[in-house]
Formats: sequence, structure tokens, C-alpha cells
Amino acid sequence: MNAPLVVFFVLAVLAVAGALSLIFQKHPIHSALSLIVVMVALAGLYLLMGAEFVAAVQIIVYGGAIMVLFVFVIMLLNAGLEEHTNISKLAGFPGILLALALTGFIGATVARSAGLTQVTSGNGNISGALSATRELSTMIFKNFAYPFELTSFLILIAILGAIVLAHREN
Amino acid sequence: MVPTTYYVALSAVLFGLGVLAFVFKRNIISIFMSIELMLNAVNLAFVAFSQSSGKLDGQVFVLFVIIVAAAEAAVGLGIIILIARHRQSLNVERMDLLKL
Repeated sequence: MNAPLVVFFVLAVLAVAGALSLIFQKHPIHSALSLIVVMVALAGLYLLMGAEFVAAVQIIVYGGAIMVLFVFVIMLLNAGLEEHTNISKLAGFPGILLALALTGFIGATVARSAGLTQVTSGNGNISGALSATRELSTMIFKNFAYPFELTSFLILIAILGAIVLAHREN
Repeated sequence: MVPTTYYVALSAVLFGLGVLAFVFKRNIISIFMSIELMLNAVNLAFVAFSQSSGKLDGQVFVLFVIIVAAAEAAVGLGIIILIARHRQSLNVERMDLLKL
């Protein structure tokens, strides 16, 4: 077994364990910390795939900004243990079926297309670490310049929306 | 070299766990976090396909998904604060104003 495969399996087990912990923890703050584990493991996987910039953004924006926002809101609202009702247990049974069906469907599609995706594996224009990041920046600011500018408007509107929503009127 | 299929399989498993959390969780913040988990699973598939095809478009899409997720988290958590202030509860089953 070669080294990247070992790293992949370690990170994959970490990610799945974090996701399971997200489900089984009863306290929202524990769920949030489990989600941070998943995100850091995914950042490691991005590094393994040679996507350094995406890995850095994943840690800074997801692990840093978004999850801090979540933890902040959980503490602000003083969220306690989850309550359980009869309806939620009833909803759980079709929920398991739904999740299994979705995973099975995605897995079947992957298994069918596995032969197709293997063909061009690994020999593209992603060569070195520096060139991949440089290529990515060229793509964002040349090919995707218009969508990139639109996202700045989206962020602006989101900031305004968050301020308007969370503002306490007297 | 790790085969792309492994990454996509992991992505499918994480997405399934996200759906499971979405259905099982009763706390609105936990439900919101399971949406983030599903977005992360999709991002993993994007990067895996980007690596497999040798083109960087997938990684650009991931950056846009992260930006949209950040905007979504800001607005969504604002709405959650508003709901918690009005209803004094974070349980989604108590938010039944639209029920007849």
C-alpha cells in the first residue's frame, strides 16, 4: 500500500467519524466542533489532491470564519440539549431509507462511470504546486471575472441582510 | 495515486450522512450545520473531478460554493437569531405557524 492511499484512508476515516459524531452528539456545540474536524480532514484531502489554494481557503473560510459564526450564534442563543418528540422518531425511519437510497444512487452512478473517469487521471495541466495556484488565479480573474464580481455583490447583500435581520428594534 | 472513485465514494458517504443529520436533527442550528456538511461533500467531488480531468474549473466552482456558503451562513444565522428571539425555542417542531 503506497503512502498517499494510507493518508487518504486516515483522513477519510477522520471525516466519516466527524460526520457520525455530528449526528450523534446531542449538544449543538459538540456538533459544531465535529463539523470542524470534518472540514480540516477535507482540507487535508484537498492538499493530497494538489489543490493547495482550495485547502487554504477551506481552513480559513470554513474552519475559521463560518464555523466561528456558528459557535458564536450557539453561545449567543445559549442553545442547550436537543429536545426529542414522537414526531421526530417517526420521521427518522423514512429518513434512514432516504439517506440510504441517496447514497446508493450516487454510489451506483459512481461505480458505473468509474471506467470513464479513470482514463485521463493525473496527466493534465496541473503540474507543480505554484503553477496550479497561479493557473487558478488566472482562471478566476480572466475566465470567471464576471461571476467573481457578482459574488462581491452577493456578499454585500448578505452583509446587509444579516445586519437587518439581527438588528434589535426598540 | 489515489483513484478518483475513492474520493467520490467518500463524497457520497459524507453527503448521505449529511442527509441523515438533516432528517434526524431537531435543533435548527444542527440542521443548518448538516447543510454545510452536504456542501462540503459536494466540494470534495468537485475537487476530485478537477484532479481527474486535469482542468481547474472544478476548483474555481469550489471557491464559488464556499463564497455562497459564507453568504448563506450569514443570512441564515441572522434568521435563526430572529426566530429564537420570537419563539424562545430552537426546536423546528415548534415552528408551525404555517400549519393549518
